[in-house]
Parts: sequence; structure tokens; C-alpha cells
Amino acid sequence: MVGDQEFVGLDDLVAMFQLTLREDALGAITVSYKGKTIVLTPDQALASVSGRLVSLPAPPSRNGRRWLVPEEFISRALALIYDQRLDLRKPSHLLVVGDVRVPRLALRYESVAANAGRLTIDATPRTQSTVTQEGDHLTVKFDADALDAPNPLLPAPPAPSLVTGVRFVDATTLAVDLGPRFAGFRSTSQPTDTTLRLVLDILAQAQTETAAPPTPAQPQPGPPEIPPAFGQGSSLIHTIAVDAGHGGDDEGVRTADGVKEKDLALAIARRVRAIVEARLGLRVLLTRDDDRNVPMDERASLANNNKADLFISLHANGSMRPATSGAAIYCAAFDKDAAQTAAAGGTERLPTFGGGQRDIEMVPWDLAQTRHLAQSEAFAEMLQQQFRDHVPLASRPIDRAPLRVLESANMPAVLIELGYLTNPDQAKLLTGETFQNTAAQAIFDAIVRFRDTLPAGTTR
Amino acid sequence: MSSRRLLVIGGVTIVALAVIGLVLLRAPRLSSRATPRAAAAPSPTVPPPPGRKIKARLFYVADDGMRLTGVERDIAYGDGATAQAREIIAAQVAPVVEPLVSAVPAGTALRAVFLTEGGEAYVDLSREVVSAHPGGTLNELLTVYTIVNALTVNLPAVTAVQVLVDGKEVETLAGHVDLRQPLAKNLSWVQ
Repeated sequence: MVGDQEFVGLDDLVAMFQLTLREDALGAITVSYKGKTIVLTPDQALASVSGRLVSLPAPPSRNGRRWLVPEEFISRALALIYDQRLDLRKPSHLLVVGDVRVPRLALRYESVAANAGRLTIDATPRTQSTVTQEGDHLTVKFDADALDAPNPLLPAPPAPSLVTGVRFVDATTLAVDLGPRFAGFRSTSQPTDTTLRLVLDILAQAQTETAAPPTPAQPQPGPPEIPPAFGQGSSLIHTIAVDAGHGGDDEGVRTADGVKEKDLALAIARRVRAIVEARLGLRVLLTRDDDRNVPMDERASLANNNKADLFISLHANGSMRPATSGAAIYCAAFDKDAAQTAAAGGTERLPTFGGGQRDIEMVPWDLAQTRHLAQSEAFAEMLQQQFRDHVPLASRPIDRAPLRVLESANMPAVLIELGYLTNPDQAKLLTGETFQNTAAQAIFDAIVRFRDTLPAGTTR
Repeated sequence: MSSRRLLVIGGVTIVALAVIGLVLLRAPRLSSRATPRAAAAPSPTVPPPPGRKIKARLFYVADDGMRLTGVERDIAYGDGATAQAREIIAAQVAPVVEPLVSAVPAGTALRAVFLTEGGEAYVDLSREVVSAHPGGTLNELLTVYTIVNALTVNLPAVTAVQVLVDGKEVETLAGHVDLRQPLAKNLSWVQ
């Protein structure tokens, strides 16, 4: 640093970016990269970049045998001739090279009422994140390669506080440590042009009233203007299984220009997971989170073994007629004997861990869905209502069919075909980010409605 | 054509159907007399082969693509239930020309048909029904119920149909419809 100006050694940049450096007899310094040049002149706060002049905050400075240049040289001059994106973040002393996702974070915590606090995390550029509760802290995982965050992440809030601190878990994950009064949270995302704001509303446990009640003449202090915590305590839905159809060598429907159903299904499954985890704080399991073939029974097993409360299989449709279009929601169908067979499974008394016995209801694996058909159809109806005006629907938007992936799901389950990849207009629509976000939002809204209308303890 | 001649043809058809019904009722268990063969049934533009015929309702993709539509066709008379079932499926999987569109992938051939005493039919198709399948839940449903309904609608003694591929049971054709057991007639997939 010279005065207020920060400098960087030119020889360090040469080594880091494979530049060549030449100093001629008149003292001019030429920096070259793949045939493009920057010419610097001592005592001049200017650089000629491929013949174009750019200003620098200070001229180059010699320090012994080394040349030092203002750090703005990187963003104003070097970035113009380099073949990868260079993003200099001065406040954090970070130089981002290439197309890596390193959002800049700004955190703020404020008490919004005696029993509530709000943690705001701005991520620029817009970066999705997922929030989950793990014991005494919330984990916020960003869909990024690294994070550009201030140090410290958050000044210590005054005690007693619902949030005691924020720390790094790994390069893309933060942990929000919670105080002993923590009772629940709700997360919401608010996008702006360049920033995605994550708002975590933290609620405290209700406190025992010890003070005298206010006089009737005085207005009662209202509750904090934040919604109740979802996914906590009384919520009837805790876990949702989202099944991205196909995968691996099973590509599903493929368009003429190479769009594959398996990729589309996974992209939307991830969007659904992000939005549900972030806003409802629920656990979302993907039957696959990469491009691999997952056997049908394994998909149902994941949901059943994790006691998922809802199973949503995502697909894109195909038709022999190119004009066919619209989303459809399928529930499982069984022949008329299946329900009787399922019911005839009976119960079996088995010993339990720690002694005693328990009656276990025996249901054939392939008929597990028979017990949930009414709720599956109710959820399908809610999906249809949420899709209306947002996602184009087929002429018969709800159908029943003997679908393999639904039959063994031991919870309400639907298969959603979001549209037809065999219809060129629909293929273009489905592959767009706007549609995928809209579809994920509609599915989210249906989940919220389904949760709100469920009688207690009815999904399993 | 005189009304008397119409009456005679009608009488012959009734007798033929009665014979088919009797044969179906007496069909031996897994009475496979089918041998692997390529589908070579007529398309709508090709005249039907000479010999005795029966009327059968075959299924193709409706104009809106959402359902099947039934089309009445002349099918070669089969000597016995299995043979008749084979003729129906062979005609069903045969290539068609516009405006008909088949839900059965091009290149799919009929290998064999088996019938059981319980009224279940097993239709063994060549691997192209999987490898050439374009995918999608609806496509797959229409492919499956084309085969299922072709037999259950035209041969009342057949109550359910299971599709096999290259002689083996398969889970699905394209990742959606459960084919591990015979499926009953389902006209909700027909307009």
C-alpha cells in the first residue's frame, strides 16, 4: 500500500496469469497475453490497452527491481485482454477468475419484537439457497462455488438474542447459531434485479406472563408481523420426496434438438427442493440429484424408508401427435381386486426393541399406494388448481393409470407431466427458466394448500 | 347387393363368431401355437388378404393425441382363439399410413400370443416396442392400451393382457406403466 492506494506486484500477476513482461529502453512497460498488449508508462496514471487508453488511480511504481501497479489495473486493463472473466472484489480482497459463482453476501440481524428476530442475507448476484434446521442451528447452503462474505460474518448481536452468531460450515454453507429461546423459523426469498434476499424470521418460545397485564385502556401490543413458523412442531408434513423421472441411460422423451426429459425433470426437481426447503423449512429428498439410472423400487424405497409425507414424481410427456400439449397429473390406478388384496394383508404382532409387542399392518409392497388414493387425488386436484393460469393444462388434466413408480409409495403420491416435449412450442416453454420457476412455485403452493387441509396424522 | 345376399353374409358372420366363441371357451392353457413372425397385416390402404375375414376394432391415436380412437377393420380369420388373437395383434402392430397414427412404435413385430384358461392373454412383442418407443407417460399408456384393448374388445373371453418383450416379462416399456401383470380392458383411454 502506498498512501491510500493498494498496489500489486506486476511480477506476481505475470506468474499468476501467464503474462509476458517487457521493459524497453525508454522505460515503457509492455504486458502481453496471447498477442494482446497493455503498455504502461512510468509516472503516468494511464494504460494503453490494445491501443485504447484507460485511466488508473495511480501510475506504476518501482520498488527495487519490482514494478507495482494499482490493483485496479486488474479490472480496468488486464480484464480487457484476458480470456476469462476477472472480477476484483476490493472490500474482500478477492479476485474471482473465470465463470465461478461467488456471490457477495451482506448479513444483518435485527430484533423485530420481544419474541422475534430477523436475519437478512443479501446474495449478489442472485443465488439460491436452502435452509434447514439441524439441532441448535440453521444451515444455509448456497448454490455457489464459494462465498464472498465479510469478516466477521455478523457482529455479535446483543444478548439475549435469538441468534447468537453466524459462522462458515464450508465454502458454500453458513450456520446460524440459535439461542436457547429459539422455537421456530420461517424463510422467504425476495429477488431484486441483482440480489436475492433471504429473510429468516426467527421466533422465540412464548414467555410466562409475570408482569401485570396492561390496563384495558391501553392498546395491546400486536404480534410481530411475521407469519407463524412452518415445518415446526404442529406441521403435518415434515418430509417430501421429489422424484426426478428417468436418468442415466434412460433419457425419457428427447426432442429433435437434444433436450432430454431426464435433465428437465432434474432441473425442476431441484427448483422444487430449493423453494420448499427455503420457504417451509421442510426436508426434501430427491430420488436422484445427478444423472443416473435409479430403479423404480429404489425411488419408492427412499420415500418409504424416510417416512416421506408426500411423493411427487416429475416428468415431461410425449405424444405421437406433435400438436398435443398441456400438463397432466396422474394418480395410481389399481384393478378392483387390489384394494381387497391390500386390505387382506392383515396385521402381524412383532416384538419391539426394548420389550413388548406391536401390531404391524402388513401391506403388499406393490399395493402400498392403495391406502392413500383419496389423498393423492385430493393433492392432484390442488395441483390442477394451482397450475391453472400458470401452467398450460391438458384437456384432461387429471388421470389415473397403473404407474409403476406410484404403486409402492406409502404416502399420497402423484406423477406430474409438465407438458409435451414432442410439441415444439411446449418444448421451448418447458426448457425456459421462467416456466420452470413458475411450475416449481405452483407445486409449492399446492403443497402448502395440501398441508393446510390435512387432518392430523393422515399421511402415513 | 340384394337384401337376400346381405342376409346370407350376416348369417356366415354370426356362425364364424359363434365358432370363435366356442374355441375361446375351450382354449387350452397357454395354448401357444404361435411362432415368432413379423407383423405383416394390412394397412388401411392395402387390401386385406384373401380368405375368411372377421370384423375387428383396432385402436389408433386420436387426432388430439390424448386418447385412442377405434377403427373397424377386416382381419383374417384365425383358426382357434390363439390364432385369432394373433391375427388381431398382427394387424394392430402393422404399419399404417396417414391419417392413422399408431401408438405402437414403428418396427415392432409380433413374436407370439399365448392364452390361458383364465382369460389372460400374453402378447410377446419384439424389442423395438421398447427401443423405438419415444417415451412419455401418455405415449406409453396409449401403446399399452392399444394392445390390451385390441384383444379384450374383440375377443370377449380375453379379460386381461400382459405385454412381454422378446419373450420376457418387463417392468415397463418406457419407465411408467406397470406391465408386471395382465391389465384389464380400459376404455377410458378410448374416445
